[in-house]
Amino acid sequence: MMPLADEYLIVLIILSLAIVMAMIRIILGPTAPDRVVGLDTINTIVIVSMVVFGAIFEQVIYIDVAIVYALLSFVSTLYIAKYLQGGEY
Amino acid sequence: MLAFVITTIVCFITYLLFTTGSGDIAGLWSIEELLIGLILSLITGFISQTVFVKDEDVRMANPLKWLLFLVYAIGPFFVSLAKANVDVAYRVITGKINPGIVKIHPNLKTDLSVTILANSITLTPGTLSVDIDEENNDLYIHWINVDEQAIKQTPIDCKYVCGSFPQWIRRIAE
Amino acid sequence: MITIITGIIYVLLGIGVFFNILASIGLLRFPDVYTRLHAGTKCTTFGSIFIIGSVIILGLRSWYFGDVNGSVLAIHSMGALLAILVTNPTGAHAIARAAHKSGVKPAQAVIDTLEKEDNS
Repeated sequence: MMPLADEYLIVLIILSLAIVMAMIRIILGPTAPDRVVGLDTINTIVIVSMVVFGAIFEQVIYIDVAIVYALLSFVSTLYIAKYLQGGEY
Repeated sequence: MLAFVITTIVCFITYLLFTTGSGDIAGLWSIEELLIGLILSLITGFISQTVFVKDEDVRMANPLKWLLFLVYAIGPFFVSLAKANVDVAYRVITGKINPGIVKIHPNLKTDLSVTILANSITLTPGTLSVDIDEENNDLYIHWINVDEQAIKQTPIDCKYVCGSFPQWIRRIAE
Repeated sequence: MITIITGIIYVLLGIGVFFNILASIGLLRFPDVYTRLHAGTKCTTFGSIFIIGSVIILGLRSWYFGDVNGSVLAIHSMGALLAILVTNPTGAHAIARAAHKSGVKPAQAVIDTLEKEDNS
């Protein structure tokens, strides 16, 4: 374990609270773009959480996973947006 | 040919950055990583040269422009990013909004500069780029607190929405 | 020296967590897609800069004290930060454009130039 691990764990707990609040927006809706906005926010918070996990456990592989997750979630957001608007991109 | 060399060099530098701490050469890299990185970046450079460098346009290979971009990112851009967040925080807490969609004419020519401007606008005070007119690069912007004086003319003046960003970006990317 | 760095890390973490929470509250409070995008994009990006920045400082500190793993931590965190900075506003732009094309009107709008030009 590294120094400041307890503080980073508290940060992680607060971040998961933020994820829960964004999930409430996904459930409430009311339109499809609203849900995509919630999903996008959750993706960013998950990336930050992965980086913090990597720092706590001193495992750099978590941060590599975070980079790949960021790029893949970007692609998925673009595809959902393309699906929602319909027609040519 | 120049496109191939530039793409390979950028790939190799990226590979080196992500493999530090693997050995003893210069204290950071091992010989295997260097060799495999070189081979992989040659392959990647051959495949993606036409994507990375469009139409043999190599003006962005100038390191001075990257330095200018870094100055832009740390100086005016970061200051307005901080302002933007204090502004959004104020609006989240009080709930006061006055939104609308406006059109600006930034007068930029290349795709790269319009992309940088649109991303800068999205991250700065109270504005979010919604759509683009691809013929003359006009941007449509969602503005969270519309200024009554600004909307008297269409397209409205850039200085209300994005400050001095177009001048900076013209210097960086054109 | 170490206490100063620890203090800086506390401040950075506080700012980052505050803005990430604020993004979620904004998602719940604002009335329509576009204003929610304002909260969901700007605040999470800004908060992420500070939280990942604290991790980068942590990595640089252990590199300074002779641990090569610290450099790996710092540089990979910078890669993640760069990925967030590039992809987040672009994704927001794509969602806003898709929302407008699928017919979502901005709530309480004072002016809507794009709507006028689509109809004419």
